[in-house]
Amino acid sequence: MTTTSASTASAGVFDDITSSESSLRRFLHGLPGVDQVGAEGRAASLGTRSIKTTAKAYALDLAIRMVDLTTLEGQDTPGKVRALASKAMRPDPADPTCPATAAVCVYPDMVGTAKEVLGDSGVHVAAVATAFPSGRAALDIKLADTRDAVEAGADEIDMVIDRGAFLSGRYLQVFDEIVAVREACARPDGQSAHLKVIFETGELQTYDNVRRASWLAMMAGAHFIKTSTGKVQPAATLPVTLVMLEAVRDFREQTGQMVGVKPAGGIRAAKDAIKYLVMVNEVAGPDWLDPDWFRFGASTLLNDLLMQRTKMTTGRYSGPDYFTLD
Amino acid sequence: MNASTTRLDVRKTYKLYIGGEFPRSESGRSYVVNDAKGRLMANAALASRKDARDAVVAARKAFPGWSGRTAYNRAQVVYRVAEVLEGRRDQFQAELIAAEGVTAAKARIYVDAAIDRLVWYAGWADKIGQVTGNANPVAGPFFNLSSPEPTGVVAVVAPKGPLLGLVSVVAPAIVTGNTVVVVASEQHPLTAITLGEVMATSDLPGGVVNVLTGSQAEIAPWLASHMDVNALDLTGVTDPDLARSLEEAAADNLKRVRRPAAAPVDWLADPGIDRMTWLLETKTVWHPVGV
Repeated sequence: MTTTSASTASAGVFDDITSSESSLRRFLHGLPGVDQVGAEGRAASLGTRSIKTTAKAYALDLAIRMVDLTTLEGQDTPGKVRALASKAMRPDPADPTCPATAAVCVYPDMVGTAKEVLGDSGVHVAAVATAFPSGRAALDIKLADTRDAVEAGADEIDMVIDRGAFLSGRYLQVFDEIVAVREACARPDGQSAHLKVIFETGELQTYDNVRRASWLAMMAGAHFIKTSTGKVQPAATLPVTLVMLEAVRDFREQTGQMVGVKPAGGIRAAKDAIKYLVMVNEVAGPDWLDPDWFRFGASTLLNDLLMQRTKMTTGRYSGPDYFTLD
Repeated sequence: MNASTTRLDVRKTYKLYIGGEFPRSESGRSYVVNDAKGRLMANAALASRKDARDAVVAARKAFPGWSGRTAYNRAQVVYRVAEVLEGRRDQFQAELIAAEGVTAAKARIYVDAAIDRLVWYAGWADKIGQVTGNANPVAGPFFNLSSPEPTGVVAVVAPKGPLLGLVSVVAPAIVTGNTVVVVASEQHPLTAITLGEVMATSDLPGGVVNVLTGSQAEIAPWLASHMDVNALDLTGVTDPDLARSLEEAAADNLKRVRRPAAAPVDWLADPGIDRMTWLLETKTVWHPVGV
């Protein structure tokens, strides 16, 4: 077995662990198991916090700034992507104080279109790559997919891991793939696109696997770890995100490096988004309450956030008629 | 053990009717409902603005399905509500006697009138289109057709009177394809919830009718200013200042508003089709002839 861990961000620290299949397995299986009942109970209890008035207004604005406005449909057209990009820059055209979203998330062939609209507005373009959503393709195809997206101007790459390899215990293969994709994210100017690693937690079966996948991706140099593609149910849940937040917290304690977390799929209500923010603050800490370190992969969520925001500013309930359909 | 111990009553908890379910008020509050003689009848849920919001969401969700049904099918469903109500005449009669202190004979008249009113409106469902729609004469080679469509989500402040008044304001709104959030009479909320039970068991999809009990002065302003409500029926508002402020709040998104009647309404009288037509929007299409 060869290793390619030399170029990862955490080079050195984990060299011993990632040097062979067996040592990597020993490390991942040596991670403490997740108490399923405890994790679900804690996530549920954090969801009961009452966030009102000014705290709610702050949370809503923060959540809007954290949204990766996503369209990943076979029927996407350049027109739709342009409309979505415009919405990302000014989510509520009636209210100039409404912040922009963090990014738009599209398929690689739409990156150019999105970039054209977004320009230097500060809203990033994220592209899903590596044979999204199944991740079932040869490595060179995945790498070509990634390079294409980076060349087209993507600021962030959302890759999927090979769940088949992960579930059958070929951890090193998954590790090497993440490392290789991260290398493919490099741009000629020396910069590199940020890499988000999607686990598809709905297919990983156990919280233990989620914790292992989190450590695997962080050791391989992921900038973000992301729950789901949105194509598999269940997608993001509070307990899964809790396990991942614990992983990034522990990883920072051990290495001093921060890794971001992105729950994606199934978060539709502003109320749910606020529950996630409470959990981020309580589990990982306030450092993660920033669009650089926490994101929501969502499409319908934004409209609900905007409706709640309008309710806060106007004092009356708003309706879906007053926001775009996308 | 003595086998002949007195049986404990199984008392009904009166809750709200939202989206086809019977939830307690989100606020956890309730209020005392007395009978005509001032004795405690039951506690009713005291709905909050968030219950009103949930009810509007449920009504909006039910609207595409309900308005998309054929008028013939809506007639069948409303007729079914009348059928189920007929089977529970005695229960409603007893409730009216207790709540209003009327005689048995008078209560029977009101219950029967409510059932007949439902049947009457059910019959209108597939006929109102012919009456209010039209093939218009135009000076050109076109068919020009006007057809009525439902307005959308209607918020109704129900009039006093436990059953007949409530049926008389809800039935015309739903036979025309609208969905309804109704604030039941503050004094007589219990019959409204029992009527909700009838609706829940008569093929009426959840969310088409949502019943809130509580203070109209507290809930109605939120419904009046709600941007996702399309019409506001103020029939049950007796305070002219409240009616005025509700109408002002409703103006923000150009809701249709029906003002309270100037004189007391005789609910036993022939209602006419007015309560259906004010909740219809006319769509007119032009179609070329001979193509």
